[in-house]
Amino acid sequence: MVAPVAARRRTRAGSARIRFGFAVIAVYVVAAAIGPWLFRYNPVDTRTADRLKPPFTRLSDGSFAIFGTDQVGQDLLAQMLQGARISIAVGLATLLLAGTIGVTIGLAAGYFGGWLDGVLMRLADIQLAFPSILLAIFIAALLGPSVVNVVIVLAVANWVTFARVARGQALATRRREFVDASRTLGAGTWRLVTRCVLPACVAPVLVVATVEIGHVILAEASLSFLGLGTPASTPSWGVTIANGRNYLADAWWISTIPGIALAFLVISLGVLGDALRDRYDPRLRSL
Amino acid sequence: MVLLSVRDLRVEFATSGGVVTAVDGASFDVGSGETVALLGESGSGKSVTAQAVMGIVPKPAGRVCGGSISYDGRDLLAPGVAKGLRGREIAMVFQDPLSSLNPVFRVGAQIGEMFRRHRGASRREARAAALDLMKRVGIPAASKRLDDYPHQFSGGMRQRVMIAMALALSPRLLIADEPTTALDVTVQAQIMDLLTRLQAEEGMSLVLITHDLGVVAGVADRVILMYAGRVVETGSLREVYEHSGHPYTSGLMASVPAVDGPRDRLVPIQGSPPDLLSLPSGCSFRPRCQYADEQCAEVEPVLRQLPDRPSTHQAACHHPEGVLTDVH
Amino acid sequence: MGAYVVRRLFFSLFVLWGAVTIIFVVLRLVPGDPAYIMLGPDADQAQVAALRAQLGLDQSLIQQYATYLANVVHLDFGESFRLNADSMSLVLQRVPATIQLATTALLLSLLIGLPLGVIAALRAHSWVDRAISVFSLMGQSTPSFWLGIVLILVFARGLKVLPSAGSGSWAHLVLPTITLALPFLAILVRLTRSGLLEVVHEGYVQTARAKGLGEGIVVLVHAMRNALIPIVTVVGLQFGALLGGTVIVETVFAWPGVGRLLIDSIGRRDYGVVQASILLVATIFVLINLLVDLLYGFLDPRVRLAGD
Repeated sequence: MVAPVAARRRTRAGSARIRFGFAVIAVYVVAAAIGPWLFRYNPVDTRTADRLKPPFTRLSDGSFAIFGTDQVGQDLLAQMLQGARISIAVGLATLLLAGTIGVTIGLAAGYFGGWLDGVLMRLADIQLAFPSILLAIFIAALLGPSVVNVVIVLAVANWVTFARVARGQALATRRREFVDASRTLGAGTWRLVTRCVLPACVAPVLVVATVEIGHVILAEASLSFLGLGTPASTPSWGVTIANGRNYLADAWWISTIPGIALAFLVISLGVLGDALRDRYDPRLRSL
Repeated sequence: MVLLSVRDLRVEFATSGGVVTAVDGASFDVGSGETVALLGESGSGKSVTAQAVMGIVPKPAGRVCGGSISYDGRDLLAPGVAKGLRGREIAMVFQDPLSSLNPVFRVGAQIGEMFRRHRGASRREARAAALDLMKRVGIPAASKRLDDYPHQFSGGMRQRVMIAMALALSPRLLIADEPTTALDVTVQAQIMDLLTRLQAEEGMSLVLITHDLGVVAGVADRVILMYAGRVVETGSLREVYEHSGHPYTSGLMASVPAVDGPRDRLVPIQGSPPDLLSLPSGCSFRPRCQYADEQCAEVEPVLRQLPDRPSTHQAACHHPEGVLTDVH
Repeated sequence: MGAYVVRRLFFSLFVLWGAVTIIFVVLRLVPGDPAYIMLGPDADQAQVAALRAQLGLDQSLIQQYATYLANVVHLDFGESFRLNADSMSLVLQRVPATIQLATTALLLSLLIGLPLGVIAALRAHSWVDRAISVFSLMGQSTPSFWLGIVLILVFARGLKVLPSAGSGSWAHLVLPTITLALPFLAILVRLTRSGLLEVVHEGYVQTARAKGLGEGIVVLVHAMRNALIPIVTVVGLQFGALLGGTVIVETVFAWPGVGRLLIDSIGRRDYGVVQASILLVATIFVLINLLVDLLYGFLDPRVRLAGD
């Protein structure tokens, strides 16, 4: 009888949070998509005359460097736009790979149950009991820095969450009447899983993906900062921030500005993920 | 002598559907040493009334927004007054003893806490006092069970623990909110016997909140019936039972097995319990009432003495004569 | 309680075995000759042959696994070719520094995170709560390596009040501790708030109020003891992120711990040290979680007494 008034207020605030999250992320996606065309970035282009110029400087070629330049005279904004492209692409690719692996394993475990479920979920337990960044560092160290390797590494470190969600949905759906009905009508396992069980996973998996993508982007930046992510020639945010570390005394902006851009994106993704989770599936909070 | 006096109490709750008036102008008295039954369906406001008396209306959703509650001449709604009396003078026993006991503390410690926090007793003194109380409420092998946790007790034993805790500081008023509802039928009678025995021993006032007339029959001196946040009838149990002056009361009487009379067919009250978010104008019981007319839709009935009945028997109905003659 | 402890101990051993096996599998799954990958392109044939022999690469996979397990049990991760020392002892030398950093960060998180979470829950939906929520969200989303750099810029280069790198004094510990603690602290605030909000409407909290106990006792004793049960579990799991964070923080602040050794060893392709550091950190994490499980049993009598 007494659901507090706050619940009502929260729902309304929830839609504001969802709008805010989507708006900021849209800005980043658009910037990542068209920015690199507007502000050309050429990794081999070095202009010593424009080295380490502070923000709001007019450069030797007459262009205006709103965020300043780096140690080889590259425009920081152009570099960051390219970095946004890499971060978002790596994030999406990782989620796609981790989601595919995780959902497949989760569905198999939840739908078939038995020893398969036992083995797969113990594997998940082991991996959860292992700090995921360490696993990522280990694999990345062996594979060497490259964009594709980062995606593989982060997918391996993140599939467990998806597997747990998919398994939960499969367990819940397996016993529902329409699944029983389809089985009675002679539908095969493959058909049952793809037509009945898989669709039930879509919404919770999307919510989890929103929550996870911020973590993935942060992890990519951390790996790149450590020199284990994208190669030094690829200007991801982590690489740019790492490069700026050597010039902290003369050029504070190289490390700080990309970090702000990164933090703001991750905050927005966090706000959006939390709001979606609160709205559509509060049970996922414990994952 | 009046111990507790509630006047025009109003309690509102903010819900997802809007603001609900859970208690809407309730007034009643409880005398010293008296046993009073507060009867009503769920949502009638009886439990919220008790929370208001204790000063534990859930915040921030609920708030007391009108009326007065005085206990032994003190204003319970004044800041800090209820807080000082809770546990010492006024105690409460809740419906579900499992969720009402803290799962992570030993029952002896939970009872002893009353002496430690209120009386500054030492650990050993509190333990001894808790043991005495557990024996008094009839917990077998009390000295062994002192160090058990609530989940190791049966429902009836848990409720005995709750009662022991409530009685610790010899309160003058005990409010029992559906004390037997969550228990097995066989245990219900034992708990009621325990409550009445302790009430007699302590000479305290007892307010029994229940939806079940059978529970209070033979126990309560007086009954107060609530419907949709209002008091609709009050009087001695016998008066109210034999000469119901409100159609809701007579419906309620007809829907429970007779206490001592012949077992007629049970007649449920027609219609559904009131929706507090959209109460009808005038009398809230109107949509379920066979006597309802235009007056009932326009004027909210107030409690008044019934014709040819003692002054203590009052009902809030425009047509008590019809109810009185129809039933008997 | 006995059965519960034994069960948790077995699970911890199982997880450690799993971690060891994952490392083995990953080393063999990576395309190419493990000895060659581990030594890098500039290694000479003699070195590769030596490592191949040490790893038993000419044996069957099962024999390799057995050799590997035996080595791990004896804490034998081989010699570090680069540093001419036993890999495990190199790592063990660095452990105290990492533990010091992780412990101070944990203490700072608990000291600030728990009270902030309690305040946010008590003042739920007020501006104070919102401010704390924003702080917590920012703490979780800020990249630690970036935060470390900003702190160095402000406090070491700008204000010149704290050292920017190295170790040796309490002043050296301040910035790395803050950097490492912030994400963990932010999660702790969130967990405490939601955990407390979940129990404040429970019957026993109402009972505690009805008993006439002061609001402080009601919240900090009756509600908090119950709220802590789920908090402790998640805190144990999140401690892994804190341990992982030491790698980054030690790199940024040149803190001489296991994390920095790990990154340096990766740069030197010193894989014996890499394996030893990762397994050691994983072991610390497993031990912490074992401790958390035991604490969980202590906090919740229903778990503790279930087996008896």
